[in-house]
Amino acid sequence: MAEPMGFYTDTTVCIGCKACEVACKEWNQLPSTNGGQNTLSGDSYDNTRALDGIHWRHVKFVEQFTDDRKDGRWLLMSDVCKHCVQAACLEVCPTGAIIRTEFDTVVIQSDACNGCRDCITACPFGVIEINPASGTAQKCTLCYDRLQAGMQPACSQACPTQSIQFGTIRELKQRAAKRVEQLHQIGEKRAYLYGADEKMLGGLNSFYLLVDKPEVYGLPPDPKMPTRNLSVASWLHGLGAILVGLIGVISFRNRGSAADAVEERP
Amino acid sequence: MNPAPSSTFFTAPPDWGWLVTLYFYVGGLAGGSYFLAVLIDFFGRPADRPLARLGYYISFPCIVLSGILLTLDLQRPERFWHMLIESNTFQPMFKYWSPMSIGSWGITLFGLFSLVGFLSALSEEGRIDWPRVRLWRPPAPLGAVLAIIGGLLGFFVAGYTGVLLAVTNRPIWSDTPLLGMLFIISAASISASLMLLLAERSRWTMPGVRALHQLDGWVVLLELIVLIALMISLGPVFRAWLNAWGVLLFLGVIVLGMLAPLALFWRRDLLGERNLVGSAVLVLIGGFLLRVVIVFSAQGV
Repeated sequence: MAEPMGFYTDTTVCIGCKACEVACKEWNQLPSTNGGQNTLSGDSYDNTRALDGIHWRHVKFVEQFTDDRKDGRWLLMSDVCKHCVQAACLEVCPTGAIIRTEFDTVVIQSDACNGCRDCITACPFGVIEINPASGTAQKCTLCYDRLQAGMQPACSQACPTQSIQFGTIRELKQRAAKRVEQLHQIGEKRAYLYGADEKMLGGLNSFYLLVDKPEVYGLPPDPKMPTRNLSVASWLHGLGAILVGLIGVISFRNRGSAADAVEERP
Repeated sequence: MNPAPSSTFFTAPPDWGWLVTLYFYVGGLAGGSYFLAVLIDFFGRPADRPLARLGYYISFPCIVLSGILLTLDLQRPERFWHMLIESNTFQPMFKYWSPMSIGSWGITLFGLFSLVGFLSALSEEGRIDWPRVRLWRPPAPLGAVLAIIGGLLGFFVAGYTGVLLAVTNRPIWSDTPLLGMLFIISAASISASLMLLLAERSRWTMPGVRALHQLDGWVVLLELIVLIALMISLGPVFRAWLNAWGVLLFLGVIVLGMLAPLALFWRRDLLGERNLVGSAVLVLIGGFLLRVVIVFSAQGV
């Protein structure tokens, strides 16, 4: 297996140009929304709204301003599939359509997916959706086809500020740690890495440098694996069966001395 | 900004709609009525055999309908077989840790057992001339083995859907481990109610009808207790039900589908001869509304 590859996104240098969104759409031949008849969301400059089956990159615009708008800041973040080391989508997929590649990334094989949508419920980040053109669940592939050809993903290549950086996870973590240190030294003490360590789903192969709480960026503070409930829910399911069985046996044993004769009226 | 009470609030809904809701209901009827039929076969009296046959008659069409509903709900229905066979390698596709994968196999296997029960019931009644098929049903030894395995599979089919919902990351569904338990108990109550309704329609008065009615009452009480426990287990996520879904849950499921039938079970004089029919209809409506609330409310968050 090749060394794990991924993205490190430094949100402090994102300028919201959406070049990543365009490059992703273009390379992956993703269709436009509603046949190109898009409507404005009214939510800052964000008309993409969310990651889904035809938006595999999404630049988020968070406006943090005082009521008189004299003071404030923009938080900008190019969101994407996290290619989790412990991937919830891959875990629950009942068809085997979701695979882990030799680059430690997570890819949905569109020819095997039957659109059951179990992966959509499992993803803790709300990344996956159905692509209406294919009728299958889709998301960022981390440009698997480009990686196989020795190229970097389209989005990171298009990013003009190096907010999206591509490389080996080992190297990206070193680079990100230095950047956090640099930001702390110049007074931005709020800077931290989201998903870079193994505590979060074994580590995110697409991790972020943030300067506010994850929720502010629309990221879950404590993402979990869906199978955390499997054991206890299964045991309680079994307990329910036992209780119903007991009630059934008691009901049919204790029904008095009714006559045995069949009373089946026409 | 109102902080999200759980990380599950950052996920996307799968758009499981009426087909899935209907499947949860019909699948519950399939598994529940088969289990009740087996229970009657083992613990009922000879006079109760028609009641057991009724269970098998309900179960098989319901499991066939379940398969159709699930297939139609796929975005690519022609690929339904990918659930069982890996499309790239043609090897069996099975993940014991994925409820949807186990469920696909469970429905398939249960369908076979349900078919056996259905055919043996038809044979016993003389509607098909296959006398050997009668050996596939208790008290014949082979029939007893088939019934035990089928009954366990029926239990599985009736409740695994709740476990499937728990093994997601959606609000409500994955914020409680009690949905599987609730669904299996609800499956028993709606199945018993449907069997009681059909028995009443044929004006059967064999002892099993009384036992089934008694079972239904206790199961509905258990269902109410588990539903309350479920609501408590949600903790701060319960606020997701402080809306129209919560009203439907309280009025439609708890009051109409549980408390009213319980009143009819224990106060036989309330509706007189219509007590049994009234309580059975209310339980059936409540069971459906329960699934509507569970499926849709978690996706509207």
